Amino acid sequence: MHASVRPAVPVNIPPTTVTSAATREMPAALSMRMTIFKVNFYYGSKQTLFDITLGIATNKVTALIGPSGCGKSTLIRTLNRMYETVRNARLEGEILLDGQSILAQDVTSLRRRVGMVFQRPNPFPKSIFDNVAYGLRINGSKLPLSEAVEKSLRHAALWEEVKDHLHKSAYELSGGQQQRLCIARALAVEPEVLLLDEPCSALDPISTAKIEELLVQLKDLCTIVTVTHNMQQAARISDFTAFLLVGQLIEFSPTPQLFTTPGDPRTEAYITGRFG
Amino acid sequence: MSARLRWRKFVSGFMLTMTGVCAVVAVSVLFFILGYLVFHGGTSISWSFFTRLPAPVGEAGGGMANAIVGSAKLLMLASLFGVPIGFFGAIYLAEFSGSTTAFIVRYAADLLNGVPSIVIGIFAYSLVVLPFKHFSTLAGGFALGLMMIPITLRSTEEFLRAVPNALREAAMALGASKWKTIATVIVPAAYRGILTAILLAFARVAGETAPLLFTAFGNRFWSPGWNQPTASLPVMIFTYAIAPYEDWHRQAWAAGLVLLGLILAINIVARAILSRGIAVPRS
Repeated sequence: MHASVRPAVPVNIPPTTVTSAATREMPAALSMRMTIFKVNFYYGSKQTLFDITLGIATNKVTALIGPSGCGKSTLIRTLNRMYETVRNARLEGEILLDGQSILAQDVTSLRRRVGMVFQRPNPFPKSIFDNVAYGLRINGSKLPLSEAVEKSLRHAALWEEVKDHLHKSAYELSGGQQQRLCIARALAVEPEVLLLDEPCSALDPISTAKIEELLVQLKDLCTIVTVTHNMQQAARISDFTAFLLVGQLIEFSPTPQLFTTPGDPRTEAYITGRFG
Repeated sequence: MSARLRWRKFVSGFMLTMTGVCAVVAVSVLFFILGYLVFHGGTSISWSFFTRLPAPVGEAGGGMANAIVGSAKLLMLASLFGVPIGFFGAIYLAEFSGSTTAFIVRYAADLLNGVPSIVIGIFAYSLVVLPFKHFSTLAGGFALGLMMIPITLRSTEEFLRAVPNALREAAMALGASKWKTIATVIVPAAYRGILTAILLAFARVAGETAPLLFTAFGNRFWSPGWNQPTASLPVMIFTYAIAPYEDWHRQAWAAGLVLLGLILAINIVARAILSRGIAVPRS
């Protein structure tokens, strides 16, 4: 149904076109895991994203920042097509994963490759073990479950805290632990990209610090895209930062550059705290 | 103390007393019925009540074994027919349908729920009894099953809707299809509520008499088959209570006590099951 409204864009987008007006010099020879190309997004007749073009660099952390309602959550939800759960949502443009259109492929296999962690920890009402094993089970994984679960929990820096009570309810964990459990759950299916939609907004500072540390470690494992309204967080953990304002991509640069020498006066106004 | 303040204190005290009295009345009705049943029926319950067939008129003793088994068969049929339809219909309503369809189905279910049970009985009579040309267990089960559909459907739907959307998103973000999400996350998260809903529907129809009068009819002996009339506890209570024999009245009380005991037992067992497992915390 979405394919019908999609204009016929060539799937092979030359790398140079990814550099739009808002995109500043990117380090050469950077491989792009995902490419967002001329994306317009609508809820019904209301357009919420305008002509966004952006590359997501492989094994890097890309942060999306901007004030509330700027479209950063909408943008991250296009990358695994979670927007499709909303009625009347419509996307124009092209999004590529490893050079292939994500809009043309089967959505369930796409979501196995592009995992997601949400704003509020949302573990299933199951045991810690069953939460992590969920993705493997539904995908009929042949791997020995307990090994895979341990591996994911270790990657999410949660193993030491939970190894002795894997069969307790996930709800007995603290908020920060629950969020790391959700990260472990997403990592279990070994996604190529991990999307995080304001993963720390419901957490205390100590839990936030743990997750930030974790994300930096995880980029060796997969490509990370995170939405945050916390600029310091973006500055601390990301390699690239995209600044959005009312559905437009204002600036997209390597993080140190965006925060020290912003190329757009609006970016400067936002990061110096004059609005948002 | 001003007059106004005194008046306010009086109103406050009056309302507190009134609401408290109403709450006590609501609870005591149940205990009153229970006590009354135990008082009248308790003495008539004996082992033979559960094992023997009804005694011929004028002969003391006898039991209602056939009615107990008959009720069990009727309720089993009703559940087999009514619960799946209500359950899967609720899944459709809560997870798939658009708002217009949902509105129509919900409205129809509410109307069906409000149809007097005697009308359901007539419906089952004309649909099952007339074509087969005799009263039967099947017809009775069908009538009770019809009554279970809207109760199961509406409450199951409510419990499915109460599952946080965040859980649906979590499952779908892991690559679960819509159906997988429902089967492995949504229904398990709501299963306590759904089971409670089914049991409520069950308890509701367990005591229904009117739809059975001209479907399952009644039988003073063992029912010879599914397509033959059968005795049931509610109909037995009805017949025995209006009969002019003192002994039958006592047996009717006993049957009432057994029926209530059965429903109570089911409720307690269900609650025991429901207290295990992991519940979704309210947020």
